[in-house]
Parts: sequence; C-alpha cells; structure tokens
Amino acid sequence: MTSPAEKPLPDVALEKVPLHRALGLTDAEFAAVVAILGREPNHLELALYAVMWSEHCSYKSSRLHLKRLPTEGPSVLVGPGENAGVIDAGDGIAIAIRIESHNHPSAIEPYQGAATGVGGILRDIFTMGARPLAIMDPLFFGTPDDARQRWLVEGVVSGISGYGNSVGVPTVGGELTFDPCYAQNPLVNVLCMGALPTERLVLGIASGPGNLAVLLGNSTGRDGIGGVSVLASAGFAGDDGMGIGAGADDTKRPSVQVGDPFEEKRLIEACLELLDTKLVVGIQDLGGAGLACATSETAGRGGVGMDVELDAIPRREEGMEPWEVMTSESQERMLAIVTPESWPAVAAICAKWEVRAAVIGKVTAPGKRGGRLRIRHGSEGEVLADVPAASLSDDAPLYDRPRRAPEVVASVPVDPPKDCAGDLLSLLRSARWVFRQYDHQLFLNTVVGPGGDAALLRLAGPGLPPSERGVAVTTDSNPRSCALNPRMGTVLTLAEGVANLACVGATAVAVVNCLNFGNPEHAEVMWQLSECIDGLAEGCRALSLPVIGGNVSFYNESAGVDIDPTPVLGLLGLVEAVHAPPPGLAWSEGETVVLLGARASLAGGFPLDGTRWATECRTHRSGTLPPIDLGAHATVCAFVAGLVSAAVSGDGVPPFLGAVHDVSSGGLAVALAEMAAAAGVGCAVALDDAAELFTELPSRFVVTTTRPDELCTRAEDLGIPASVVGRAGGDRFCLGDLVDLPLDALCEAHEGNLAKMLGES
Amino acid sequence: MRFAARVEVQLRPGIADPEGATIERALPALGFDGVAHMRAGRSFSFEVDAPDEGAARRKATELADRLLANPVIEQSRLELEAL
Amino acid sequence: MAARIGVVVFPGTNCEYDVVGALEAAGGGGELLWHGDHHLSGVDAVVLPGGFAHGDYLRPGALARFSPIMESVVEFARAGGPVVGICNGFQVLTEAGLLPGALQKNGRLRFLCQAARLTVTSRASVLTAQATVGDELVIPINHFSGNYTCDADTLRQLNDDDRIVLRYVENPNGSLDDIAGIANAAGNVVGLMPHPERASNALLGSEDGLVLLGSLVGAVASVAAA
Repeated sequence: MTSPAEKPLPDVALEKVPLHRALGLTDAEFAAVVAILGREPNHLELALYAVMWSEHCSYKSSRLHLKRLPTEGPSVLVGPGENAGVIDAGDGIAIAIRIESHNHPSAIEPYQGAATGVGGILRDIFTMGARPLAIMDPLFFGTPDDARQRWLVEGVVSGISGYGNSVGVPTVGGELTFDPCYAQNPLVNVLCMGALPTERLVLGIASGPGNLAVLLGNSTGRDGIGGVSVLASAGFAGDDGMGIGAGADDTKRPSVQVGDPFEEKRLIEACLELLDTKLVVGIQDLGGAGLACATSETAGRGGVGMDVELDAIPRREEGMEPWEVMTSESQERMLAIVTPESWPAVAAICAKWEVRAAVIGKVTAPGKRGGRLRIRHGSEGEVLADVPAASLSDDAPLYDRPRRAPEVVASVPVDPPKDCAGDLLSLLRSARWVFRQYDHQLFLNTVVGPGGDAALLRLAGPGLPPSERGVAVTTDSNPRSCALNPRMGTVLTLAEGVANLACVGATAVAVVNCLNFGNPEHAEVMWQLSECIDGLAEGCRALSLPVIGGNVSFYNESAGVDIDPTPVLGLLGLVEAVHAPPPGLAWSEGETVVLLGARASLAGGFPLDGTRWATECRTHRSGTLPPIDLGAHATVCAFVAGLVSAAVSGDGVPPFLGAVHDVSSGGLAVALAEMAAAAGVGCAVALDDAAELFTELPSRFVVTTTRPDELCTRAEDLGIPASVVGRAGGDRFCLGDLVDLPLDALCEAHEGNLAKMLGES
Repeated sequence: MRFAARVEVQLRPGIADPEGATIERALPALGFDGVAHMRAGRSFSFEVDAPDEGAARRKATELADRLLANPVIEQSRLELEAL
Repeated sequence: MAARIGVVVFPGTNCEYDVVGALEAAGGGGELLWHGDHHLSGVDAVVLPGGFAHGDYLRPGALARFSPIMESVVEFARAGGPVVGICNGFQVLTEAGLLPGALQKNGRLRFLCQAARLTVTSRASVLTAQATVGDELVIPINHFSGNYTCDADTLRQLNDDDRIVLRYVENPNGSLDDIAGIANAAGNVVGLMPHPERASNALLGSEDGLVLLGSLVGAVASVAAA
C-alpha cells in the first residue's frame, strides 16, 4: 500500500469538531477503538487507527465485494492480501506481480506523484524476494487541449521515465487514454512484474520474539504525513496539542513525497542480497501509513507483538511528533525482521550498498489476546501507545455501502460513419512519443516492447535459474464500455487482455486489477464497483483465471462528478519457449489478410454503441454492448496463441502467420491501419459497410499468411469463423470504397497525432 | 522600468532532497569535512518590464510560483534589481 | 583463456549484467568490479557500463569520477589498458578527463530510448578495430544526456587524428558533428552513447553490437599474446 491521499480533504471547519472526526474516523469507528482498547485512545493511538482504518489502507468499502473474486489456481503461490501476487512459472522460477494507483498525488505534483508511484510498486515486488523486471503504466488524462492537461501528461511521463529509467527497471508497455472525465482526476496506474528463484519467496511476517525490527533506507521526514488519511488537513493545527507545528507553511504541508530512485536502487540491491544470504526472517515495505502499517501488519500476520523505540528511528527533521514519525510516508524505506545473531552481517551488507540500517524495535511474545504494538521512548522508556497489533488491520470496519443502479440513459441510435477516412485518421495515435522516453530494454529480455499487443520478455534475470520460457504482460481497460455497462465492460476488458496475450503466443495464467472509481458514498459508484467485480469474477471463472492481487482507488471525483468506472486489468501469460520474435503487427507485401472471428453480431449488423469511434468521433455515450461468448473467445485465443507460440519456439516449421493483431479499441479499421503503419506496407481489404470498420465486436483477430486455405480450414475445424478479407501490399491503404489513403498520410497520422495533441510539432 | 530578476527554487524544508543528500554523502571521500545541510536548487534569471518595483515583484513572484516552482513541494526566493 | 574484462559497478549502475552477458556472447569473459575497491583485480580491460552512477545527481558522472576505483582506472588507461565507457560510462570518462568534451542534455530535453543507425567512421580504437569504416550498425541509445559537445580546437583535433569512431546517421540528440563515440589519441580509451550490449542478440532486434564488443575482446587477446 503506497498510494496516499486517496480521499480529498473534507471541506469543513475542523477546529470545531472532535479530533477523531478531524482525523477521518466516524463516531462509530471511534467507539470501536474505545471498545478494542477498553479505554479512550490517546492522540498517537488515535492517529494509528485513523490512518490504518482509512479507506485506502483498510478497503473498508470494497472488501465485502472483493471477496467474490476467484483467487485460487494450480500455479498460485501467493494470492491477494500480501504485497504482491505470486505464481509458479516452472523451472524453479516464481513471478510476482502487482498493480496500484497513484492518482491523487499525480494530480497535484505529476512528476513526483508518478515517480513515487513507480517507487512504491517496485518495493512491493522486491519485498517478496523478487527482482523487479518490468513496469507498465496505464495512464488516463483529460483531452490534452489545455495547458493543464499537457502539464499533467508531460509531468507524469517524465516522472515515470525519470524514476523508472534511473532505478533500472524497464518500462515495457502501458496504455494512454484521453477522456474529458479524467480532466480533474488523472489516473496513474503502475504495474510491476518481477521474478525470483521459487525457494527465495518471503512474506511480510514477523516471528521469533526477541528478533530485531530493522528500518532500512531513507530517513523519516514530514513529507507525506497523513497522505492516506486527513492528517495533513490544514484545519487541525492548533490547540489540541497535535498541531503540526509553527507557521502557515507547515499547516499546508502537502501529502506528496519526493522520490529518490538512487536510494531505491541501492535498497533493491541490498534487500535482494539480504534475502539471498537468508539473513532476514521477514521483510515489509513502507508505503501508505508508513511505520504504523508496516509494524502492525508484520506483527499481526505473525501473531506476535512489537515494541517500537521511537527515538531510534532516523529522522530528517527536528521536532517531529510521535504520530508524525509513525505515519510519515517518506519514500524508499523497508522494515526487516532479523535475528540478533545476524544483525552484524545485515549491517555490513547495508553499509556496502550505502543503505542506512537502524534497529528500531523488537518482536515481542504474544499474550493471551495476541501481540501488542507498543511505541515507546527508549527500549524501556515511557509507553506512548499500546494497542493490539492485529486490531489495526484485522478489526478495521467493513461497510456494505448503499448501491443503486443509475437511471438508464435512453439509448440514442448513432448515425453510421460518413467520412470513414477522416474518422480513421483521427483515431490513430501511436504512443511512441511516450514510450521512447522509457528505457524498455534493460536486462536484455524485451522481445516485444511497448507498441505491441502485449509485452513479451524472456524469463531471465540476475540470479534466476536458466529457463527457455517467456513471460507476457498486458494492461487493459475499457472505461467507455464500463460506463455503459460495468459488468459487461469488465468482461470485455478481461477478454481483450487474453486476446492481447495470445498475439504474442502466451496463455493467460493470472490477473491483477486496479479498480479506479468515483466516490463510494455515491450509491451509483458502489453499484458500478459491485457490478464490475461480478463481471470480473464471472469472466475469470469462465476462463479459469485466478485474481492474485488488486488495488481499489476511490474518490476520483470532482465537483460531485465521478469518473467513468475504470477497472484496469493486468494479465500475466506464459510462453513455453522463446527462441524467435513473434510475428507482430508488421505484415509483408503479398500476404493474404484473414479475419478470425465473426464478421457480424449474432443479431446481425455491426454494433457501434460504446465504441471508441462513437465516443470520440460522435461523442455518443449510450446503448448496449455486444455480447461475448467466453467459450468461443477462449477457443479463438488458444488457436492464435498456439500458432504464434509455435513460431516463437523456433521449432523449425516455417511460421504460419506473417502478422497478428487483435481487433479492439477503434475496431477493424484501426487494427488494419496499425498493421500497415508498423509494416510500412499498404493493403487492399474488401469491406463495404462503414459500421464494420469501427465496430468493436469481441473475439476477433487480423492475421496474415501465405497459406490462407490451410489456415481457414484449421480455424473452421475448431468452429472459428475465418474469412479472407484482402491482401497486404502497395503504398495505399484501401478498405473497399470507404477508405483510400496514401500510406504516408496514414503513417504520419499514426506517428504524429499524439505529439500534435500535446502541442509538440 | 526594467528590472533584473533572479529566482532561486529549492525544495521546501522537510521535503526530501535526494540530490543534496547524495552530494553531501560524497564529500568526506573528497576530503571535505564539516559540511552539512547541503540542498540543491535551481536558479533562473530574467528581466521584467513594470511601472514600479512592487508591480515587477508581483509579476516575477507569480511567474515563479506558477511556472518555475510547484509550491506543493518547492519554494522560491526572488531578488530584484532595477536596471 | 578468455579475456578477463572488468565491468565496474557504481551504486546506481544498471547495465552491468547486460554487459557481462554480451561480452560472453562476443567470446570474452566479464566480471564485476565494485566502485569502492582500489584495485582492478588484474583484469585485461575495463568497461564502465550504463546506468545512473550516484543517481546522476549534480551532473552525470560528476560524483562517480571520485569513486575509489577510478584512480586505478585512470592509471590503467594511461598505461595503455583498454577502457570502454558506454553511455553513463562515457559521461564518467569525460568527467574524469580521460576523454575530451562533455555530454549535455539532449537537444529536445527528453530521454530517448530507441534504435539508432550509426556509421563506423574510424577503426583506430579498441572498440572498432574489427569493424569496417562506412559500415552501418543499428544499436539502441538510451539516455537523457548524450548530446556531445567540445570546443572547436578539440573537434578539429578529433577529426584530424581520426578519433571520432562512430557517428549517427540521423542525429537524435543534437550531438556536435553527429558524434556517437570517440577515442583517445592512443585508441585504447573509447566512449560511446549507444549500447552495444543491447544489440547482441537477433531475438531482441539486432546483433550489430557484437562487432564492437568482439573488437574489445580481440584487442585484449592480442595484447595478451604480445
């Protein structure tokens, strides 16, 4: 948990309200704390409960619904609830993956907000003992036609680039979505994948009374205090003894932190060496709620207690209050549990990597009612706080907030496309301007980087056993569809992820999710979340996919208006052997273009509701989504994945496919145009219905081949519709009588549109 | 009137300054002892046309706070001199 | 016995494993050297790999040049030992005074990670001895500060002495005279911004870097044989 400030500051005069309310706790929550302690909490204790029971740390509004997700599967080693999900990839290698949001910090300081988002997710991965190997960034902004949106795009991209490149983890993909609903609430999601020798897997658990709690990394300062709650509120400085301090500037102290990728890089190397040498018993990163969270969670999970010596915590600033030290979200810190005997060796490794290490407490034996978290001055000094360690996470409130389906918007039929060529050109948008600012090649694993359907990496890295396997990762979202129907939209998003993986030859094995929603106190938003979770559960069950981790970001609203429901799904896939690059998007002169999948919906015709064309070219936002047959979807994806993985394994058989691309956002016209642009080769494809160009019917792929008859026969044997639709070649891009463009114009739009939107020539 | 402005931008006190800290950590190896509280920053200089010093100061301050610094994490200091 | 090439790891270096792997693909043997050590463990050549030594704080390479191992590297280079700086390593070599000039921020002030087409313009270096002048190589660049600059006299001298070893076909970063890599007068110290180790496997897009790393391995072998 690393993302601060998931809840905006309440707009009330806080001086007049009781302290617990000022800290974001309700009266009922305060009463629960009193019941747990058997007395009124002091200020420090109250601050601990306030941050730990905040929405961001406790998932109090979403936990009830998240329980409905399937989380088990044969290869799952670690499911949701830990720092990252972990699957067994075979060959003695495990893969850790996690996705998170850093939305609110990025809205006020885009560079540092995005940078610290990257830093936080990396720590979640190496906490598990895994070396972070790849990052992906799904980003959502308002339409970049004003200076503020451009400032946000520029800042977020530079922040990811600045932190990710220097910390030395390649950024291998992502998504870039523009929609007016994100103008005040940009979404910055970050996914990280790492790998480890299976036997090195460690969990964030404290055990062994007498063992030492060691804080590694950065010193603790006031930056990011109360990011996850409302502690940074300017309102509560003053007469209650918990004032943040002197001076108007201090009371407005921001919840944004500054990231230091150099510290993080040293921390990664030091921690991996500590884990390799088996010198730590347990390890946990410090993210949201800082030390309060890390100490109570490690103790709680281990069923033990912990004594924290406040004065032993290295600080950056003078005069910090105990609650500030315990809730600070200063970056690049880890908490390790080590035996007293191994402490000198731990200190030596940290010294080598120039990582600060300080013993800040010790594990204590549990009493009859579990372990206590005690915070004290000096090892035997005054006790400043004394609470049941597990109560901070386990006893957090759980809400079943009211849910209500929004009123159904009357469906307005959308006029068919008229200027197909113009619409197509406006929908083309290569994200190269973004991804060439990211190092996407480090570690020499990246077989398919950004710009492909999914990233494909060799499963290799320093310290890993040798393997021929490949790992594929994709992130997908479809907020347009989710706005029309969150349940179906989420199913379609999941299906798109599976299709993307198939394009690089991979079979999906696990899912992580980042659920970005509006204000959970709005009944419609809770309904959207619940529907989305049901859609994800339904899709995952049908496709036998476990959900191994997730994150919920609420309060993405401004002026009472919520963002479109934006579940972002990260899918992990595996390829048996990687010896050759997959066919990719680029077709070659003379190849036959084949469409795998239905040409029209079962009801006939080409639905356009909820498509990118309808939204961007017509600002049309109503209607119903096309249905999807998940069984048929699995069949076509397996067929494509099989053909591609055969080519990738380099089995010597001449590759069947020249090029592969799934048909998704923007429909068939955009898929074909992206292939033409990738190849620098045009095409002539016979399409005569303008709606067929832009429909986003699911479960479809464009492939090219020199053996079309054989391909179609093999597809049809499996019940997969296959139609020859045209031929690649020439320097024009022709779709029947509907589009006839010189290839140059197409490529220029594809390459140049984004830079133009951002005001760069 | 024309004024020469110099704006110094630094991270606010208490905000981590990795650059300053890294430079400070390197100093002992180079034989510089007794140096503390190293903070990195950036400096900008420009000229402003304004009817008087107050107006020039307001304009330069706004420029510094809206563009050169992000007041969320940074603070700026302005020096002004009539030309 | 394979050539032993030391790859120096500063805190913040991140291409060390990639370089070791690519050197092996080129027929040599790479081993990691720690920046805090004072000796080079008897290696036959030294590579300063890419990354962000000391976070690139202050200026890229500015703090790394003061790392303890750099004294030995300078001594080794002055004695004629082969030393190659890749990307951040090139920046360290200029800061340390082993190569002239400096690397400024890219012309458009953006980080660039993309394939670059290069022309081999001189064979008078340990890195290009086995390449052919005029050959075009496709090798990725990955930097924010790769915009080479120096004064007019230095540039004239670099040209006169045939010390510009690699040039960009399409200048991506504003480098003076399209310079992608230069050597010292003796040809034993070379710095370049492109990453030859990232072009060492056809699966990943290009093998064009192997001729450069192979030259280094060959140079070591010939020194050892002499």
